Amino acid sequence: MKSVSANQSLLSGLWKPGVLLVACLFSLPIFTVASFVLHPANDVWQHLLDNLLGEYLLNSALLMIGVAVGTLVIGVGCAWLTSVCLFPGKKLFSWALLLPLAFPAYIIAYTYTGMFDFAGPVQSWIRASTGWGAHDYYFPEVRSLGGAVTMFSLVLYPYVYLLARAAFLEQSICVLEVSRTLGCSVWSSFYRVALPLARPAIVAGLSLALMETLADYGTVAYFGLGVFTTGIFRTWFGLGDGAAAAKLAAILLAFVFTLIVIERWSRRRARYHHATYRYRSLPQYRLRGWRAFFAFCACFVPLALGFLLPAWQLALWALETYDYMVDASFLQLTLNSLELATSAALLAVLLALFMVYGKRLFDSKTVNASIRIVATGYAVPGTVIAVGVIIPFAWFDNSIDTLMREHYGFSSGLLLSGSLIAVMFAYMVRFLAVSIQAVESGLSNIKPSMDDAARSLAHAPGQVLMRVHLPLMKGTVLTALLIVFVDVMKELPATLILRPFNFNTLAVRAFELASDERLADSSTAALMIVAVGLGPVILLSRSITASRAGS
Amino acid sequence: MTSQLDVENIDCGYDDLQVLNQVSISLQPGHIGCMLGPSGCGKTTVLRAIAGFEPIWRGRILIDGIEVSSAKTCLVPEKRNIGMVFQDFALFPHLKVEDNVRFGLRGMERKQQRARVHEMLAIVGMPAYAQAYPHQLSGGQQQRIALARALAPRPGVLLLDEPFSNMDAEMREQLAREVRSILNQENSTAILVTHDQNEAFAMADQICVMNEGSIQQQGSGYDLYHEPANRFVADFIGQGVILPATVESETTVRTDLGIIHGSAPLSDAPGATVDVLIRPDDVVHDDNASESAIVVEKAFRGADFLYHLRMDSGIEVMCLAPSHHNHKINERIGIRLNVDHLVTFSRS
Repeated sequence: MKSVSANQSLLSGLWKPGVLLVACLFSLPIFTVASFVLHPANDVWQHLLDNLLGEYLLNSALLMIGVAVGTLVIGVGCAWLTSVCLFPGKKLFSWALLLPLAFPAYIIAYTYTGMFDFAGPVQSWIRASTGWGAHDYYFPEVRSLGGAVTMFSLVLYPYVYLLARAAFLEQSICVLEVSRTLGCSVWSSFYRVALPLARPAIVAGLSLALMETLADYGTVAYFGLGVFTTGIFRTWFGLGDGAAAAKLAAILLAFVFTLIVIERWSRRRARYHHATYRYRSLPQYRLRGWRAFFAFCACFVPLALGFLLPAWQLALWALETYDYMVDASFLQLTLNSLELATSAALLAVLLALFMVYGKRLFDSKTVNASIRIVATGYAVPGTVIAVGVIIPFAWFDNSIDTLMREHYGFSSGLLLSGSLIAVMFAYMVRFLAVSIQAVESGLSNIKPSMDDAARSLAHAPGQVLMRVHLPLMKGTVLTALLIVFVDVMKELPATLILRPFNFNTLAVRAFELASDERLADSSTAALMIVAVGLGPVILLSRSITASRAGS
Repeated sequence: MTSQLDVENIDCGYDDLQVLNQVSISLQPGHIGCMLGPSGCGKTTVLRAIAGFEPIWRGRILIDGIEVSSAKTCLVPEKRNIGMVFQDFALFPHLKVEDNVRFGLRGMERKQQRARVHEMLAIVGMPAYAQAYPHQLSGGQQQRIALARALAPRPGVLLLDEPFSNMDAEMREQLAREVRSILNQENSTAILVTHDQNEAFAMADQICVMNEGSIQQQGSGYDLYHEPANRFVADFIGQGVILPATVESETTVRTDLGIIHGSAPLSDAPGATVDVLIRPDDVVHDDNASESAIVVEKAFRGADFLYHLRMDSGIEVMCLAPSHHNHKINERIGIRLNVDHLVTFSRS
């Protein structure tokens, strides 16, 4: 039943088309790229097809398989240990295991390369202490496919961990106890009951991790791996062929959409796996002796490798370099990043409020569908979005320019392409989904009957907004602002492609310095990004300790 | 005496779908009315139309003599001087109990506000919970706070939307009686929506039975039970069976169980076949009776037994017998009719 009062026809007359307009605008890049599937092939495309596409496909597949295995082992294992076992440090680990989320994959990749390559401190120490020469020993190469898999696994496992842990905690203890009475041991009740029940959640977490893997540009570019994102870059800037790049992007998009479908389908199934809503405290298997030690190590190693070690290394480098790295241009860089991130966060949250309230007020199919379409943007790699932004923007600029020249005899030049508007537009395409999700979950806590209750207690709609919605929404709106802010701070490929000339952000600068093999010099910018990234991780970890219903 | 609430022939619906058809209700000040009906019959829509959440197509609604809804106008809910208690209570989670109750008291002096909040909390028996948050309360306690919040501004009409549906069955009737005494204490005019007749009987002075968007019958619980206006009401309220009968004279009919005398003239002519409503309490178990029937089913209900009996003609009736008359299934027992209210339905 609708909870809308009668006299809103005027509002709905403007609001609904507004929501549709926003949705169309920000799904334009995705549709643009998708339309290139049907675009006729040219020579460059034929070249890609003959020589490179196989390599891209193979590398992407290997990368995804490796990351899947890595994140599953670390994520599910740690989730199970911290949710049902008692061992020293369990409380600390249950939130600290999220810390690697603060590291963008490309930053951890530079850091590890700096630490473990031939000239790095580890190999130098080995040579110094053993007296071996360069060819006397084997050391695994960080800048390889295996290295990339390790880097991604170390920073992306928290997605699996987070969702798997939530699923384990939501499982009714009764189900586990029934399995024990039916003759399962602790471990077999994990394999036969807990794991199958949590599977939809785990698959959802895994598909998020794989989306991030596919979206990455910084790591694979630095490691020199031929995958789709690097291929799109090379085709566009190396071969100068926008159409072929867009065709590549369209193929990548198909992969991503498959993951989105899997993720949504799993989440829907996860709902049906709620066996009961009665909660009791979970059993806590107290681990002793070597078991406790093993559990401690199993949780400590991912934390150490995914956060402590690289953070330590970055801090050391930053101490070495900060007196010549932190100067006026660095401050300008920071300011650029902060300004960009703040305005993007504000805009994204405002648009999200507009769309989500639209959905609440006029629960129509078109509004719901447009929100769902915009929400897919988050999964789309920044490179694909950049391609999808450039093409329509360049067309727009050219059309205006031609028009101006024909009728007024002067050139308007580039209006949108290469401007901050393009950058901001790409951010909205990618991150509007994040703020929509946060705002939606906040608004769903305000039941429609609360609006009605306030109205029946003599409050006009505006007053309902001020006295009921605002206080209840404050927390979620702040969370949404923070998440978008941090995501923009970390964002690399779209900014790299779309930014105006001579406009740099922390992420772009860190990438440029690292690409020039000035790893230590990139540390101040990298550390800054990681420090900002800790914000949402702390928020998440606070909610994870409070996430257990009934406690 | 003018009425506090007048709903006059309203039609109402969503988009193209008409939900209410010529609904009229009138409530005197201090009376409690009830919309009773199966789910989907439109009873909640009536409430939402009175509250101003749904515009009406035709007819009009007056609260305290002031027109609030008509085909052309729809006064917004906040200006109607109504109170409403929702099915899920809809307490504001970010406000303490006392601030929830205070919510509708804006514009009053601070001191008076505090006094009224205390008064309301005392009336609902929860003065100790002023500082609690809604999530710390049980369902029954939340219910009382929701009631206190709705009553605090002294609304002209209080609307209760299935207020007991979230409660345990045992708690419902007790709460319904409590709420009734609170409403009487405040001399509130209220209208309740429910699908549970026991709730309606426990609370309401006046019950409107609704089906498919229109009111089938209005009256007291006693009237609805004993003199249902149509088959729907007969079937929906209480238990009973419908037997074929032949009209004998202006006030009597003949059934397999014997002749039944009514007090009012029947609408059908002598010789016509009609249906007669027989309630379980109309069939009296009597070992000396001339008629008998076989026990098909029995349900022990504490003070009495409810027997399902099959007569030799194959017709089944229900019989309410004192609980010490414990008969076995398939046993033959004597019965006779003791009908106070003859209810017949024409066949057409």
